[in-house]
Amino acid sequence: MEFFVISLLNGVSYGLLLFMLSSGLTLIFSMMGVLNFAHAAFYMVGAYVAYALGLKIGFFPALFLAPLVVGVLGALVERYGLRTVHRYGHVAELLFTFGLAYLIEELVKVVWGLAAVPYRVPEILEGPLFTLYSTSFPKLRGFMMLVALLMLLSVFLMLTRTRIGLVIQAALTHPETAQALGHNVPRVFMLVFGGGTALAGLAGVIGGVAFITEPSMAASLGPIVFVVAVVGGMGSLVGAFLASLLIGIVQTFAIAVDWSLGGMLAVIGIVVNEQTPLYSLWKLQLSQVAPVLPYLLLVLMLIFRPKGLLGTRAD
Amino acid sequence: MFNLKRARWALFLVSTLLAGSAYAQTVKIAFIDPLSGLLGPVGQNQLRSWQYIADIANQKNWAGGPKFEIVGFDNKLSPQESLTILKQVEDQGIRYIVQGNGSSVALALADAVAKHNARNPGKEIVYLNYAAVDPDLTNSKCDYWHFRLDINSDMKMEALTTYLAKDKSVKNVYLLNQNYSFGQAVARAAKEYLARKRPDVKIVGEDLHPLAQVKDFAPYVSKIKAAGADTVITGNWGNDLALLIKAAKDAGLNDKFYTYYAATTGVPTAMGAAGENKVYYVGYWNVNNEKFVGADLAMGYLKKFDDDYYTMATYTGVAFLAKAFKETKSTDPVKVAKALEGMKVQSLNGEVEMRKSDHQAQQSVTIAKWVKINGKTVKYDQEKTGYGWETEVVIPAYVATQPTSCQMKRPG
Repeated sequence: MEFFVISLLNGVSYGLLLFMLSSGLTLIFSMMGVLNFAHAAFYMVGAYVAYALGLKIGFFPALFLAPLVVGVLGALVERYGLRTVHRYGHVAELLFTFGLAYLIEELVKVVWGLAAVPYRVPEILEGPLFTLYSTSFPKLRGFMMLVALLMLLSVFLMLTRTRIGLVIQAALTHPETAQALGHNVPRVFMLVFGGGTALAGLAGVIGGVAFITEPSMAASLGPIVFVVAVVGGMGSLVGAFLASLLIGIVQTFAIAVDWSLGGMLAVIGIVVNEQTPLYSLWKLQLSQVAPVLPYLLLVLMLIFRPKGLLGTRAD
Repeated sequence: MFNLKRARWALFLVSTLLAGSAYAQTVKIAFIDPLSGLLGPVGQNQLRSWQYIADIANQKNWAGGPKFEIVGFDNKLSPQESLTILKQVEDQGIRYIVQGNGSSVALALADAVAKHNARNPGKEIVYLNYAAVDPDLTNSKCDYWHFRLDINSDMKMEALTTYLAKDKSVKNVYLLNQNYSFGQAVARAAKEYLARKRPDVKIVGEDLHPLAQVKDFAPYVSKIKAAGADTVITGNWGNDLALLIKAAKDAGLNDKFYTYYAATTGVPTAMGAAGENKVYYVGYWNVNNEKFVGADLAMGYLKKFDDDYYTMATYTGVAFLAKAFKETKSTDPVKVAKALEGMKVQSLNGEVEMRKSDHQAQQSVTIAKWVKINGKTVKYDQEKTGYGWETEVVIPAYVATQPTSCQMKRPG
């Protein structure tokens, strides 16, 4: 029981971090049709900026400022880079963000060096939030969940309940009409891109402190973000939310399970031992392949339901 | 005009003389290891360690003439990339290579060097392996041109289990390792040796996880907890270790961690206070040793690069080469390789012998614990954390030594 509850909490909190990371990507994709390969790089910048600011002004002010800095950076990238490339089509945009990811990574290395930086948890978030039986649940993880949920709520409210949200939605589906009505559509796109990268920056502030802030952190989280976006359905914020939780929980519980294909065969009476052909495959335990499961999910999803869990695009 | 002509003649004369005596030249050594990516920081640290020791050797003229120059090549931790680099190294006429990160890379390089040397007599390459610890490299897959400066995984486990055998509080052990040749070797040796030395100790769980893929170790930590383990043995390195220890600290796991690589770049920062009295490493040297041998070197390194010197095998390696150059009065890899067999040098951890039968360096093994610096037994911290390694025990070479199944084929 203790194990189940703690694993569930671990899974949900990891899933929520994934959601923070991928929501920006989904937002940008659904609104602008741009698949932003540099998204994880903005996540990394968020972590580094928060670390640098945190040294001067403390963790909590940095929690608000760092995403802003990253957002402004993202808006500048959109205004002076992406907008120019936009007219050459989606492939050009894709290549642009792809190159940008490398550029950011190298810049980070030049500025902050190759080694990990000592980005520490503020004291107030250190220690256990509560202790369940004998396992403690860290405050930081609780905080991570809280921030993710607040973020989901505010993004959702902004998009559906505010005027700017309406303009954004209008500009996405009917850009010409929105422009004809006097709205500055390019500026809306710039805001969306800036907002999306700011969300990645926010995830970076939390993720950097929860894990390790070092130059390969973008590369190591980059692929999983796309898995979330695809599984959830390209462009669906709620889909991304569900997919993040699904992946977080599946991955966490898979680690706990020591089943193997060979073990299953043994149940139905087929004995698998070292003489069996492909023994190394049969003896693989679920726990061993757990970190690869999200990618399996990605492939299966693309085969059986290409539009994702809650995707709306049929093509 | 006349003067210039004379100067040219003099220069010509000097250069022909120098070319004639191959001995008094600069010996280039190719460093083939990751300088970018996940293990980039570790590789950078080690490249600088080699260069730092080479500089010292040059200043003090260890080799009695020849100078060392270390040239860095980034292999991105890929065996394929390393073989391409080996070709470049051959083309540039470099005759010595050093490599350490990743036994997969080491196995590929050892094989390629052996083939190259068999096919190109007169252009032989000597391969010093300073950190790849898969036991196979000095057993079933041993090769004459490969010399291992580090202690191999089985020797480390022998020392570690000897130490653990005395600790009666160890009852339930969990093995968590990376799923590739090295991680599997650690798990196998741990099970085998513990069964021999402490049959009462239970292995309550064992996990292999993909190398450098896991971001969140919390699920593993809750699994360790659920299994009721009091001790974790892990060969993890890099972020796989740093994140594991971080997750253990968050979940309030009180187990002891016995590691191979907790002293490498990045891990001390991740551990901080959380690892105090809980994390151990087994290796060949600790700066906080009884007489602080090598502390001056480590401090010099810290001052120069603002980083920690921990790859002591670089010292052993340069010392071996220097002695071989001096003894043979040559830098010819064929003569040097022959001289290295059975050679003994004084390193920072005492006497090191390059065993003739398998080219595995025999040396003492240190087990150290992560504690607050106290100015007496623990003077030096790591990564400016205020914590450092306290030497728990130094196990002499003869205890840690392992038999070998190597059947060395010698040229000629």
